[in-house]
Amino acid sequence: MEQRLRNIILEHSDQIIKNWLVKLDENKVTEYGETISQEAIEQTNREFVNVIFSNIESNGGTNDLQEFSEKIVNLGWPLGYLTEGMQAFRTVAIRTILEDIGETNNNEEFLSIMEGVNDWVDPIKNRLINEYSSNWTNIVSLQKVALQELSAPLIPVMEGITIMPLVGTIDTDRAKLIMENLLNGVIKNNAEVVLIDITGVPVVDTMVAHHIIQAAEAVRLVGSQCILVGIRPEIAQTIVNLGIDLRNFPTKSSLQKGFRTALEMTGAKVISENEGEGDEIENILNSIEKE
Amino acid sequence: MKGTLSNVPIAKELDIVGARQTGRNIATELGFSSVDQARIATAISELARNIYLYAKKGEITFQQVEGVAPVGLKIIAKDNGPGIKDISKSMIDGYSTSGGLGAGLPGVKRLMDDFDIMSSDEGTTIHVIKWLR
Repeated sequence: MEQRLRNIILEHSDQIIKNWLVKLDENKVTEYGETISQEAIEQTNREFVNVIFSNIESNGGTNDLQEFSEKIVNLGWPLGYLTEGMQAFRTVAIRTILEDIGETNNNEEFLSIMEGVNDWVDPIKNRLINEYSSNWTNIVSLQKVALQELSAPLIPVMEGITIMPLVGTIDTDRAKLIMENLLNGVIKNNAEVVLIDITGVPVVDTMVAHHIIQAAEAVRLVGSQCILVGIRPEIAQTIVNLGIDLRNFPTKSSLQKGFRTALEMTGAKVISENEGEGDEIENILNSIEKE
Repeated sequence: MKGTLSNVPIAKELDIVGARQTGRNIATELGFSSVDQARIATAISELARNIYLYAKKGEITFQQVEGVAPVGLKIIAKDNGPGIKDISKSMIDGYSTSGGLGAGLPGVKRLMDDFDIMSSDEGTTIHVIKWLR
């Protein structure tokens, strides 16, 4: 029975492909692709149906499915494209077989045809979905790693002065990472002063403040000093409303001001060599400000 | 635009960011100044974190209300956690059962205009309102 169904499908492959493409077009499963050219959609559809057929022919012994799934993920197309495509294929295949066999009123036979078709379609569908989701999970975990690498960089800018710019939300995991990087960096770079820049932190609530206070205290314990910079006016107001005490270390509105204080604390000074010709350190300060 | 505007479930740490973002967007739409937006976002952050920390699960609801001013943003933080043992203590600065700064609830009260808290061993509900002035 199964062999017979398979032969019917393979014999009528041209017709099935034609009907399938029409059905996909009708269902408008590809309407998300406003920015995708019609040509690209048609090409992918043809590739999709070829993948299905090569799998039916080889009984699932090829790597086409994996490659195709990967391609769909890379194109950024939704999972629905794959599932709806397979559903359309199922419908078209069953209809073609029924037309080939001729009128049948036998429920048993109809059921066995449906089961036979499902036996091919479902494994292909499952594999496509699995490949798609594992590709997706892979991308997410790679991005997580990439984000983690970005999350708490420590930049030594001068002898004894180091800057840690913080951008984005600080959660428990990141707070731990910040503390570790901060302490390791302070010791490695032999920093006397560390500037923690929170310009890019959207909200400073009690938890974030608590982590910053702890980090500053830890930095003090290893013999260095923290300056908290980048406190925007609205953040200053919320910190006051919350009643958070940040008196134990200096705070500044901008990195520029913080850097000046840091220079004073390390005994360095900004001296203008040639007035009017522009000051190199001033330029450095300005370029830091723009970062 | 009246009544409930949005509902954000809190179950993991990332949801705090989601609630805050939703609240900030609503505050912007209602026309709050950037300072008030920061206050609202911070208050949501505190309330959502309290849910995540003490009750594990709950939700934050945003409502547009009318009252002493024509437009106000009401935020309801509701959970079915163990409740707050001593509410009056929890409203004192520096009191914390989790080793935090203990500025959360009293801070929220100062950040917002209206503050109302109900807590029993069946859960905690906190209503706060910020009026648009």
